[in-house]
Amino acid sequence: MHALALLSAGIAFVGAIMVITRRVAVHAVLYLVVTLLAVAMVLALLGAAFAAMLEIIIYAGAIMVLFVFVVMMLNSGQPDAAREGEWLRPRAWAGPGVLAGLLCGELLYAATPFSGHAWPLAPLTARDVGLGLFGHYVLMVELASFLLLAGLISALHIGRNRVEDR
Amino acid sequence: MMRLSLPVLTPLAVLGLATMLTWVERRLLGLWQDRYGPNRVGPGGVFQAVADGVKLLFKQDWVPPFADRGVFVLAPAIGMMTVLLSFAVIPFTAMGGIAGGMNVGLLFILAMMGLGVYAVVLAGWASNSKYALLGGMRAAAQMISYEVFMGVSLLGVVMAAGSFSLRDIVAAQGRVWFVIPQCLGFCVFMLAGIAETHRLPFDLPEGENELGAGFHTEYSGLKFGMFFIAEYAGIILVSALVTTLYLGGGLGPVLPAAVWFTLKTCGMVMFFILLRAALPRPRYDQLMALGWKILLPLSLLNVMATGTIMMLRATTP
Repeated sequence: MHALALLSAGIAFVGAIMVITRRVAVHAVLYLVVTLLAVAMVLALLGAAFAAMLEIIIYAGAIMVLFVFVVMMLNSGQPDAAREGEWLRPRAWAGPGVLAGLLCGELLYAATPFSGHAWPLAPLTARDVGLGLFGHYVLMVELASFLLLAGLISALHIGRNRVEDR
Repeated sequence: MMRLSLPVLTPLAVLGLATMLTWVERRLLGLWQDRYGPNRVGPGGVFQAVADGVKLLFKQDWVPPFADRGVFVLAPAIGMMTVLLSFAVIPFTAMGGIAGGMNVGLLFILAMMGLGVYAVVLAGWASNSKYALLGGMRAAAQMISYEVFMGVSLLGVVMAAGSFSLRDIVAAQGRVWFVIPQCLGFCVFMLAGIAETHRLPFDLPEGENELGAGFHTEYSGLKFGMFFIAEYAGIILVSALVTTLYLGGGLGPVLPAAVWFTLKTCGMVMFFILLRAALPRPRYDQLMALGWKILLPLSLLNVMATGTIMMLRATTP
């Protein structure tokens, strides 16, 4: 299982690098899907099968399809690929590289026994997630639902067919 | 031996059945439309599917020069893979199925259906031609929309059974099949299932009279065959799902569970084909309006009603 988790993590890592370096937008999105699937695999191996499935359904299955949809609508061609190449010069990598390195260090520290975490964690079921969401975190869930409702109404307002404007 | 053979035999059986289904569908359509259908190859035309398969196999495997080669080849493989993987969690009998007892089985199927969208969308994009692109975009909007109602309509079943495991859901239908208490959810799930497999009458992504052949306009040979077989395997998958979730799976008197499961699934497949013969295709905006304005409120109502009844049952002794 340890080897499987490391393999999945490795795939996620390579996939993430490919997302940044691809010049064709759809290829980048595809590698992002692979990365998300690998992350879901890691979650499943950690015992959070429910979270893993939600990751695939929502991120890989719905949000990424919308990404592909938008890329298809904009239909970027050869000039865009060339411009992407412009942006991928080595100098642009310094800042994100330092920040990513810091995050990586933090992650490695958290995974070691020094940080005081107990591994492995207990399996998390759909029941635990539900009770947590509608018990302890109910205020946060309601606030998030306000935000989503506001977004929905804004989208409706923007997309509405205005007769008087014509 | 059983544990080893099932993961190998199930995909082969599904592929074989899906291939045969192409012939069954054409014969049944012929019957309902008062004509013969394919009846020349073998007794009653049984080997028509084999003949078609051989023909597809020997066609030139051609990738259009203007297509994005890698993604073009990947798309049909994704379609085939996601459908076949979904069959892993279908419990054919109380103990059968590869992973029938998986505790998030239903979510796994929804996840695989969600990934199945990529096959159609990427095929449309990689073909780099306008009809294919339009078909792919239609497919993306249609399948994303109908996934929502499909998930919400399944909530009623999950609430009643108290589990995401398909084996538990079948076991919970010992007294009464879920098609009776969950009839509203059943109707929404059926419509969403047709839209997910983009079958007639909801086959707008490949609407012949306006888009050529839609997302697979540029495909030929074996790659087209894979899309074709994946679609029929998708019909079998949705029928098996309806059987498992609403028609009591392998439950039934006298006959063994596997026989009951097969009979019910075959019945559902026939119903799918009958829909194709009976109904005209709606316009695209009508399809989307039906989904968001009728099916979404209905499925939410179903969840609310199920929750209310369960709460009343729990509080009144």
